[in-house]
Amino acid sequence: MRRQIPLLITLIVGAVLIIAAFIPRAPFGRLGENFSLYFDIIAVFAFLLGGGNLVRIHGARLVRGVGMAVTEAKKGGGAWPLRFVIEFPFLAFGGLKDRRGRDWFFSLITLLGFFAMLAAGLLKLGNPSGWQGNVTAPEGMFQDFYDSMFNPLQATMYALLAFFVASASYRAFRAKSAEATILLVTAFIILLGRTPAGAYVTAWMPESLSFLTVPNLANWVMAIPNLAGQRAIIIGIALGVIAMSLRVIIGIERTYLGSDEK
Amino acid sequence: MTNGVNKTFLEKMQAIDRRVIFLFIGLAVALPLLFHVVFTEKITPIVGAIYDRVENLPEGSKVLISFDYSPSTVPEIQPMVDAVLRHCAARKVKIYIMGLWATGQNIADETISRVLKPEFPAYQYGEDYVNLGYKSGNQGLINVILTDLKKMYTTDVHGTAIDSIPMMAPIRNLRNFDLILSFGGGFPGMKEWVLFAGDPGRIPVAGGVTAVSAPQLYPYYPSQLLGLMGGIKGAAEYESEVIRHYSRFENSSHPGIDMMGPQAVAHIVIILFIVVGNVAYFLTRRREAEND
Amino acid sequence: MTEQTVERRAIWYLLGFLAVVLAFVLSMALKGFTQQGFYVTLGAFLTLSILSFLYKDNIFYKMAEHLFVGVSAAYWMVMGFWSVMVPNLIGKIHPPAVKPFMPAIASQPASYWYLIPAVLGIMLLWRLMPKGAWIARWALAFIVGTTAGLNFIRYMASDLLGQINSSMVPLVVIQNGSLDIMTTISNLVLFLGVFCGLIYFFFSKEHKGVFGVGSKIGIWILMVTFGAGFGYTVMARISLLVGRFRFLFDDWLGLLK
Repeated sequence: MRRQIPLLITLIVGAVLIIAAFIPRAPFGRLGENFSLYFDIIAVFAFLLGGGNLVRIHGARLVRGVGMAVTEAKKGGGAWPLRFVIEFPFLAFGGLKDRRGRDWFFSLITLLGFFAMLAAGLLKLGNPSGWQGNVTAPEGMFQDFYDSMFNPLQATMYALLAFFVASASYRAFRAKSAEATILLVTAFIILLGRTPAGAYVTAWMPESLSFLTVPNLANWVMAIPNLAGQRAIIIGIALGVIAMSLRVIIGIERTYLGSDEK
Repeated sequence: MTNGVNKTFLEKMQAIDRRVIFLFIGLAVALPLLFHVVFTEKITPIVGAIYDRVENLPEGSKVLISFDYSPSTVPEIQPMVDAVLRHCAARKVKIYIMGLWATGQNIADETISRVLKPEFPAYQYGEDYVNLGYKSGNQGLINVILTDLKKMYTTDVHGTAIDSIPMMAPIRNLRNFDLILSFGGGFPGMKEWVLFAGDPGRIPVAGGVTAVSAPQLYPYYPSQLLGLMGGIKGAAEYESEVIRHYSRFENSSHPGIDMMGPQAVAHIVIILFIVVGNVAYFLTRRREAEND
Repeated sequence: MTEQTVERRAIWYLLGFLAVVLAFVLSMALKGFTQQGFYVTLGAFLTLSILSFLYKDNIFYKMAEHLFVGVSAAYWMVMGFWSVMVPNLIGKIHPPAVKPFMPAIASQPASYWYLIPAVLGIMLLWRLMPKGAWIARWALAFIVGTTAGLNFIRYMASDLLGQINSSMVPLVVIQNGSLDIMTTISNLVLFLGVFCGLIYFFFSKEHKGVFGVGSKIGIWILMVTFGAGFGYTVMARISLLVGRFRFLFDDWLGLLK
């Protein structure tokens, strides 16, 4: 029962959606549309699952860490709350011997951020239209939190990659073989050709050789050889997706069901 | 002796502290930005195809703009969106906004209040533009609204019933749009729009993506994808073209063009790093071979 | 850790904390102690906290990172709740329940078919329970089945057949009665590139002889593809950094105006 029914669900849903593409008539057309609609709605429960998991993990870590920190503070004798305050930097930032309790302060930050954002969003705090307003209204606190926390944090984390890509290029990008040289030369053409610098580098070229200017070369590389390689990859991936979808639908591929232990 | 000193230098070059490289990159970006280094841009055919399509849309055409990105890619994508929105509004087309990404809704609201409202005061909400907001489901959402948009969108972001919004009256599904523009760079995004809307519904799809995704989307152009803006370069090209044809936008912000200065300098610095890294590597190898 | 080390560390943390508070207050003072000024300052502080990782891992980076995890999880929950749960689920099953939030749809007829995704969704949440995690498999099976069904058709039509179709280009292009050399070369590279790229990915036959030559050309084409991908990736990453610097220099410090 624990495996057969899920396999049956996958088979029916997958098969109906495929049949609906070839026979878009009742009952398949309508069924296919509804399955897709239900899928859209179930997808949102994954967000709740993510939030729930986060609270569970960080909540446990916080409780465990605070417990250990208090025990540590009590060891010194005297008034332990005072010791807790004095030794806070030690107790909060990695000073605890037991690894399992070490990051309790960071878990606290996670949970504070989580509940602040959740309250601002669910209660639509500061929203000019109250509960009936648009949750992302520019005047609302949810949007303010988004702008001042979510936005800079996510954007900067990705911006860090600029530094790492430069460092990696310096260290690892070596023209050791013919293949690596092709890769390197193409990268140079694109890096130059996709900025105004490329035009300046080959501005001296006569009109008859304009196809050899860096910007035009970059355009050609993107539109022909890059396209060819990407197309080969796309076709390869498509074959993989088609095969995997079929394996899932007919029940050969079952890894998504996990083990039987639980 | 000299050889030994040189060898040490080469070794040092190879084992240079990564923070030195970080500093160079930081300066390569910061200085041109502070000194406002700006270049002119020339439109490429793949971006020009989008511009021409929007330019030739009759007044009142229905354009769906999907905000499929998050703050992580805003610097690349937002300039494209601003330029396209201005172009669409100048062409007096009806703009329908939605998002496959939740963050798209926040960004759309911000864009509307920063670009559409102040620059196009005559543009009326519900008559000329509407924000349908975010819905979950990724490709599943596109699959549903391809046949029936109102199955998922019962209200707009303000909670107004979809049937009471005047510009929604002629819209039953995605096939009623004259053009779909997706802006994003990950999953779900442009590829899903091509696969699940453009191809099965025979609806023109175009838009802009991050530079990381752009090469992967070239194979769809031009048969399955009308046009493509790739990264900040694509944005700068579109901005330039809009300014060239519409003098009223000369004083509007054009972050794409502004960003191309630091971009060019940083690219050159990275090229130099690769060259220096290779020279140091090959010289070291040659020395080692000679010593052996 | 000795008592002395702890004390020294505590002093450093205290000094660092005071410096940050001072910088924060100074930044807000420059912005005139407005609410907007506070939010911009907070954004700048978090931006710098993340960038501080470039020097080395530190508590400011760790705090910012952990804050992001919490904030983003709540963000998705809020957006899911107001964008889908309320209008597309609760508002469908029992419309009067959404009257305080979305009165416009509170009078629409109820549709009990939506109990199916509601039940499956709750089953998915069962994973949070200590026992009976297998219950979530039903919902998971539905999600996997739908994804497989949708992808099977669309990848077949657009990515397999569509892409093969687009590769069928004329290998000799005649324009106005004469050979168009450039287009001919481009089309040849395109067709052979796709073909040889696929040969490279075909692992069921040893890459020797003519097949090996095809595979070799395939590798070269793929190297060009990866080179282009690398160039574009660098471009993307730099743009993101420019974006952050623009925020710091313009929105925060007002240097670009």
